[in-house]
Amino acid sequence: MNLLIRNGRLIDPAHHRDEVTDLLIENGKISRIGKSLKPDGPKSETQIIDGTNQWVLPGFVDLHVHLREPGFEYKETIKTGTEAAAAGGFTSICCMPNTNPVNDNQSVTWMIREKARQEGRVHVYPIGAITKGSKGEELSEIGELVEAGCVAITDDGKPVMNSAVMRRAMEYALAFDLPVIDHCEDEHLMEDGVMNEGFVSMELGLKGIPAAAEEVMVARNLILAEMTGCRLHLAHISTAGSVRLIREAKGRGVRVTAETCPHYFSLTEEAVRGYNTDAKMNPPLRTLQDRDAVRQGLKDGTLDVIATDHAPHAEEEKNREFDRAPFGIVGLETALPLTLMLVAEGVLSVEEAVAKLTILPARVMRLNKGHLGIGADADLCLVDPEATWTVDPRRFRSKSKNTPFTGWKMKGLVAMTIVDGRGVYSTEEIQAI
Amino acid sequence: MTLKIKDLISIKDLDRDELRLILDTAESFKEVGARDIKKVPTLRGKTVVNLFFEPSTRTRTSFELAAKRLSADLVNISADSSMVKGETLLDTARNLEAMQADLIVVRHPCAGAPALLAQKMTSAVINAGDGAHEHPTQALLDLFTIRARKKTLEGLTVVIVGDILHSRVARSAIHALKMVGSSVRVVGPPTMIPREIMNWGVEVFYQYDEALKGADVIMTLRLQLERQGRSLFPTIREYSNLYGLTARRLSMAKDDVLVMHPGPINRGIEIAPDVADGLSSAILSQTTNGVAVRMAVLYLLSGVAKHEPVDPQRTPH
Repeated sequence: MNLLIRNGRLIDPAHHRDEVTDLLIENGKISRIGKSLKPDGPKSETQIIDGTNQWVLPGFVDLHVHLREPGFEYKETIKTGTEAAAAGGFTSICCMPNTNPVNDNQSVTWMIREKARQEGRVHVYPIGAITKGSKGEELSEIGELVEAGCVAITDDGKPVMNSAVMRRAMEYALAFDLPVIDHCEDEHLMEDGVMNEGFVSMELGLKGIPAAAEEVMVARNLILAEMTGCRLHLAHISTAGSVRLIREAKGRGVRVTAETCPHYFSLTEEAVRGYNTDAKMNPPLRTLQDRDAVRQGLKDGTLDVIATDHAPHAEEEKNREFDRAPFGIVGLETALPLTLMLVAEGVLSVEEAVAKLTILPARVMRLNKGHLGIGADADLCLVDPEATWTVDPRRFRSKSKNTPFTGWKMKGLVAMTIVDGRGVYSTEEIQAI
Repeated sequence: MTLKIKDLISIKDLDRDELRLILDTAESFKEVGARDIKKVPTLRGKTVVNLFFEPSTRTRTSFELAAKRLSADLVNISADSSMVKGETLLDTARNLEAMQADLIVVRHPCAGAPALLAQKMTSAVINAGDGAHEHPTQALLDLFTIRARKKTLEGLTVVIVGDILHSRVARSAIHALKMVGSSVRVVGPPTMIPREIMNWGVEVFYQYDEALKGADVIMTLRLQLERQGRSLFPTIREYSNLYGLTARRLSMAKDDVLVMHPGPINRGIEIAPDVADGLSSAILSQTTNGVAVRMAVLYLLSGVAKHEPVDPQRTPH
């Protein structure tokens, strides 16, 4: 079956294209783009989609997803996680290795890829662990992880505290030109903190995590990346100080890319008031100044990528004492409209916003994804930019409902998601629920 | 007049009038404790649960006496009881609700735990201390004690000394003292004073002697000895030298200064024995007043107050 999308506003930052046109998909690839396209061959073999008043975008690429499988299937599975991704417009997602067992060897990588092939709605790219068991001590068999299909390495969820281990990991990764991702957090400075350290933590009597806990490690990683020449990618940047350090390092030519997440540019620590465990994540929500600096970092390109850090947790895990609830929120199904709020507020242009969800993350992992070039895989999504809706977690495809955005009025709806030329999600399905 | 709130979680839940109502109500209950027969029937038929997830003798006993002197039925449940073991906080709450408890007094190591219970339960929840958040009845009994001695709360200079960062007593006291128009100074090592505390309108000192000049009240905090080794202070010896209240230091304050401590005291660490037992000390009055204040809080949150005016002398039908 071929697909012809007619009359949509095609926005493809990789090719600086933004025009109302038609797009033809044949055999899972983008075959032609142009006005008034006619399908080759018999009409019945081509499904026609009316894209009038819709945006036709490259499928989104998420560098930071916790699929939880294997080990924590009660939170999320590869099946439900990729369904949530499809519903959010994502067609390629990278999954973090903090599963049980940890993805620190090729059998786990194979298992994830095989399961994703069988049950996944979207492309899944596993990220391997830097160290065995993500314990921060001995390097994993990084070469074998790469061979099995890992696209990067990280001990996400934890930092690599030992700077010598991090240095060796970066050097070793050079052999494969593999990006090394760090969750920047000094464990000693974090202690047993549960939210940003500041006025709100003082009022609530909760233990604080200072911005310095992140910034100290951002600085260390930048220094090591400069020393080793490794490709460094910094996960979920949340503070003004981190943005400043990355900006300075990029100015000196350090090979670094960085991501932030929608919650860091949409919320502040104020969201924690009332001991709201759905506003508990790591790094924590910061101050208004930090939020604004993150926005500025996105605008000036210091922060290349918007990733979700989709971190599903079961209701009973979140519905408890703040100190004892796990860190993290789901994000796949709210990322687009939150990003579009930055467009509405004039922080990003539409093209910049789309680039940060598509071609820029794809480039970090050297994936031939996130663009609408002729011959490219037909991974794309259709977005109704004017549609308004209210966030109701019960309607999420994700198995978990832990979002701080419940009840938010959103503008911009993913109407359809297409992977390799096949529809994997459409809003009609939503209405059927 | 009665309280508008269902629960007492934070001093900030109260307005100035409500705070005064609690103190005035406590005045009338204080007399009950001085009687031969220390009991009134005010809360007869009401069930009070003391739910303590942290060890406590003073606060638990104080609430227990308060409930018993009001003729309520009281149950003590501690964290190691089989009812609570391995159960989530909310499941415990649901069970207590199913047992038709009217008032739940909760002490918990996690800030926000009483707020979570209050949100999920129809019973009245009283915070008896949650993590480093608040300990509102302690602040109320402190105010009660200060008012009894000083005849006013307005315009006093109150010095709070010690580990402000980790202290729920300090947080509640600061909110309460600011509400009634006292000025508050905090003093301690910078590692124990949150940097943002100035936003609450308190003065910050690191030198004890300086902070004491012109003080009407000194509230010493208990040093959590287990915090040694976490780099908040080098040794107990040094802490005691810098922040222990001695007779010499006491002389820096006003002549009629009042010395307070929420207990239990580390004698010779945050307070010298002669000061703790001296004429300026109100420490044992605090304990006595604690029962009266908790009687007032239980009474005002029980729902009984809505139907009849406070009159402990009166015997209800």
